[in-house]
Amino acid sequence: MSKKEKSIMKLATAFALTFGIVPSAYAMHIMEGYLPVGYCIAWGAVCVPFLIAGFFSIQKTLRKNRKAITVLAMSGAFVFVLSSLKIPSVTGSCSHMTGTGLGAILFGPSAVSILGIIVLIFQAVLLAHGGLTTLGANTFSMAIAGPFVSFGIYRLCKALKVNKMAGVFLAATLGDLFTYCVTSFQLALAYPSEIGGVGASAVKFLGVFAPTQLPLAVIEGILTTVIVMTLETYALPELKAIGFTREVK
Amino acid sequence: MSRKRKQTIAVLLVLVCLIAIIPLFALKGAEFGGSDDAGSQMITEIRGAEYEPWFTPVMEAAIGGELPGEIESLLFCLQTGIGVGVIAFFMGRLVERKKWQDKQL
Repeated sequence: MSKKEKSIMKLATAFALTFGIVPSAYAMHIMEGYLPVGYCIAWGAVCVPFLIAGFFSIQKTLRKNRKAITVLAMSGAFVFVLSSLKIPSVTGSCSHMTGTGLGAILFGPSAVSILGIIVLIFQAVLLAHGGLTTLGANTFSMAIAGPFVSFGIYRLCKALKVNKMAGVFLAATLGDLFTYCVTSFQLALAYPSEIGGVGASAVKFLGVFAPTQLPLAVIEGILTTVIVMTLETYALPELKAIGFTREVK
Repeated sequence: MSRKRKQTIAVLLVLVCLIAIIPLFALKGAEFGGSDDAGSQMITEIRGAEYEPWFTPVMEAAIGGELPGEIESLLFCLQTGIGVGVIAFFMGRLVERKKWQDKQL
């Protein structure tokens, strides 16, 4: 990071801390208008440093090797596709996947925050799915928290020398699940239950999201594994350039 | 791509289809509403009162009502289409490039 980039990062972090921490003193996509104003601003502010870090991270990757843009575009498109597919689940309701695991594994978690927010804006503006007021909260759960877990698990599996594809599968699956855990927690923070407070409320929201999301998370895991396998075959030079694949063919 | 890897991918894709489709047959008569709606019902339950969203989606405000179901599916398809288009375009290029490179060797 250059000096200029660093100072912008510092400013953004300070901004997030000021706005992000104050409201928390009281204390999937969340639908438009369903979060109180304070929470909307707080979650939005928390996202800002991640988004800026993501912007720099993408800039750096592309400056280093221009060709990686194809794989980056594909990871973005993957988020587009997966988050548009509503899939029936065992609980009798539908939900959709996040698709952010792939980008997180290939480019690192902060880069995905940019890809994710593009999709979220598209859905919020055109589809009334999610929303502009809840954009911050949704970006945090889908484009920041989920990818960070994916990335962490992928790295952990790599360190433990787990089979690479198994690692990719686990990373994408758990990242997807974690997104919905964060969503539940965000809703619970805004709507604590009268008896039991935030904890009890979080359990209730998890009860709605988790069983529905579990099979979908598995699907996301499988699809991510398939696309990584395919990319390894056809886009080996790019994957090597971004440091994903090291071994010789 | 090795034969074994091709087979793995085929098996995995079949598995994906099964996971996605089985609930539809297993749970006959289920509504398959969005889990987002289930979430808003839960908010009502916890608060003990209907929650009035304080902001209407931009699109709904612009057309003065809820987005018609058919149009919504159109826009969702558009989203899928853009995504698939980009993936397919680059994948096509990559596959051809590999063919060409393999010939060079």
